[in-house]
Amino acid sequence: MNVDLARWQFAVTTVYHFLFVPVTIGLSAFVAGFHTVYLRTRNPAHLRLSKFLGKLFTINFGLGLVTGIVQEFQFGMNWSDYSRFVGDIFGAPLAIEALLAFFLESTFLGLWIFGWGRIPEKLHVACIWIVHIGTLLSAYFILAANSFMQHPVGYRINPETGRAELTDFVAVLTNKVQMVTFPHTAFASYMCGAAVVLGACMWHIHKKHVADDLPMYRTGARVGAIALLVAGAGVAISGDFQGKVMTEVQPMKMAAAEALYETQDSAPFSILTVSSLNGEQEKVAITVPKLLSFLGTGSFDGTIHGINDLEAQYQAKYQQAELTSSPSYTPTLPLTYWSFRMMIGIGMSSCAVALLALWTLRRRNDAPARSRWWPWLVGFVAVAPVLGNAFGWIFTETGRQPWLVFGLFTTKSGVSPGVSTAEVATSLITFTLLYAVLAVIEVRLTLRYAKAGAEPLKDPPDTPSDSSSDDSQPLQFAY
Amino acid sequence: MELTTVWFVLIAVLWTGYFCLEGFDFGVGMLFPVLGTTEKRRRVLLNTIGPVWDGNEVWLITAGGATFAAFPHWYATMFSGFYLPLLLILVALIVRALGFEYRHKRNDDTWRQRWDWMIIAGSVVVPFIWGVTFTNIVRGIPINADREFTGSVLTLLNPAALFGGLALVAVCLLHGLLFVALKTDGEIRSDARTLAGRIGWVAVAAAAVLLVVLGLDSGSVASWIMTALAAVALVAALLLNARDREGLAFTGTFLAIGLAVASLFVMLFPDVMPSSTNAAWSLTVDNAASSHKTLGIMTWVGVLFLPIVLLYQGFTYWTFRKRITTEHIPPAHDERDWAPRRDRSPSEGAGV
Repeated sequence: MNVDLARWQFAVTTVYHFLFVPVTIGLSAFVAGFHTVYLRTRNPAHLRLSKFLGKLFTINFGLGLVTGIVQEFQFGMNWSDYSRFVGDIFGAPLAIEALLAFFLESTFLGLWIFGWGRIPEKLHVACIWIVHIGTLLSAYFILAANSFMQHPVGYRINPETGRAELTDFVAVLTNKVQMVTFPHTAFASYMCGAAVVLGACMWHIHKKHVADDLPMYRTGARVGAIALLVAGAGVAISGDFQGKVMTEVQPMKMAAAEALYETQDSAPFSILTVSSLNGEQEKVAITVPKLLSFLGTGSFDGTIHGINDLEAQYQAKYQQAELTSSPSYTPTLPLTYWSFRMMIGIGMSSCAVALLALWTLRRRNDAPARSRWWPWLVGFVAVAPVLGNAFGWIFTETGRQPWLVFGLFTTKSGVSPGVSTAEVATSLITFTLLYAVLAVIEVRLTLRYAKAGAEPLKDPPDTPSDSSSDDSQPLQFAY
Repeated sequence: MELTTVWFVLIAVLWTGYFCLEGFDFGVGMLFPVLGTTEKRRRVLLNTIGPVWDGNEVWLITAGGATFAAFPHWYATMFSGFYLPLLLILVALIVRALGFEYRHKRNDDTWRQRWDWMIIAGSVVVPFIWGVTFTNIVRGIPINADREFTGSVLTLLNPAALFGGLALVAVCLLHGLLFVALKTDGEIRSDARTLAGRIGWVAVAAAAVLLVVLGLDSGSVASWIMTALAAVALVAALLLNARDREGLAFTGTFLAIGLAVASLFVMLFPDVMPSSTNAAWSLTVDNAASSHKTLGIMTWVGVLFLPIVLLYQGFTYWTFRKRITTEHIPPAHDERDWAPRRDRSPSEGAGV
């Protein structure tokens, strides 16, 4: 019971936290980018775009940060036996993330937000770049910790204490799973940031509030669309590498992604299957021949192991060891099968919308952008990559089950033994309700600011002041 | 020095940094209903900590992460043992942080009032529960041979611990008052100074009683010296405040909190979580620690990067060193007409 509740809590809080993380990583790059371009071109439109996106960024950063603290505390609160088992390895990247990345992000974001007119312009722009670098560092260390759970390396089991101990930290940081997961996640985050830029700008082109601002929003939309497509290509390429590493280190996850029961050479990739997903009755199936073998092995004739074979293998291998036995080594198939497809499908659709937007803008004819169906596309593209990210995480985390650390430590052995069901249930309900209320507030605020658009610049535009002359001047930014 | 001792010290430093820094922004949050008599004054209060509160909070995140990495058993026992208190801290931290971030995002009184209450509640609840938690840790809680906490949430709510919570709240309040006196000018500055003079002695008395009670139980020569120095610093802060030396007065509470927290860690050492059930089952720096390999790597990271963090956080305080008055506060964030009226949904303007 505790395992289920603790897992639900982890799922709810992680998926929620990760709605804001990729937007934050991606959007900070665009805020920094437009601010830098302004410094070089002195075109006020770029400064306005930077400030406009900066507001959307801070709204999301706030929620990302506070829900991140929950994640850190949760390992000790709900998963204390897991913390004891891997703390020696898993804690280090977490601590380093806080020391190297969190301090950078929060301190320099404060400097950027409040620094208008207070610090030299170039330093001011550097602040937001440092924030962006901080978000990437954060992602790196967290993903290194996660990659250890997918594919443990650089450790040994200490027979005296029964826990995993670090032998090679460089191996942990350069885990081959990490080497493909980090670029994949980073590109996916840039897709999210680009999608927000594209969505917000396309909406203003659609509404045509202030005709003078149209060129600015066109620039924004074009930059967003191109970035979305480039990042999308990066996601696809890194995803392909990731598929091969995954097939190698977690063959069960690849089999589960396809609901592939029997080991096959030249395995087809299933786009859509209507069946019971237990391998017995297949009613309708749309497949691409040989593609799965290519995705998994790099060769169209490669062998992909099926669930039945792997289950038998794992039973034989792990059932002996008391610590790691589990009644089944197969993850929940409908979840892995569909989340894998949603991740790919939603991500690709957002690229299609970006192409369409680019085509529309290229012709300098905004008629399609002002049609009635356009806002629906805008709404879709703005959130699609975030949803794709969420499904990606659901796939990769549920596909690892029943393991917490693959092949080493099961999920059910990781929960806190001293915590009561009532306590876990209390916190699960508390977080679910609180997060739901915050979601409503966040969405309304984001929409409000996105719809309000870029503010007109004050005149003269934000000149940095001499530090001594204007003590009684109002602050350029204040809460 | 043993690596385990080095890490015990570093974690003590992180917690000390956390309470010294976030302590004053808790205080400023608590002062909202007291000093924030007008909207302009509330915004002055908010902007004294605006650029720095977020960085202050990261000290907590780092302390938590470092405990996980250096003493996994300490982290596991503490976080699962103090389950419900920590849940409350998380909720309070979330609503408080969003209060800072979201309060100014809409020019709407109902909206602002609601976030004000979140800020006030969060700023009181978090230090109160940390006070309860640390008093319990120093005095010992029931821990069994498997390093699991065996009590209930009621075990944690004993009179001494509750008093510890109140004492920390009082000290943070004083710390916040002196910070406001240092960072503002005009009426709000003199109000903060006067109030600090009036309630400061309550904070001094509460802190003294708490430290003496804990010290009688587990004090050592070193911890008594630190306690005494903390008391001197706190009294000096009040005397300096009475002489309008705000900078030195704030330094006084800063040092006092630092010394007091440090003395708690000295009382703990070499235990990290003493067991009240059986002293043999206590978690110590040795039996709760990570391997030497991990501690060694972490030491390099900590020694290299902690000074850099101090440097750039110091730069932030330097950048925003000017006193703020009501004159500095620009008009509300969204006084310009928002999106054209036809685009407004009916729900907007009603608050959330």
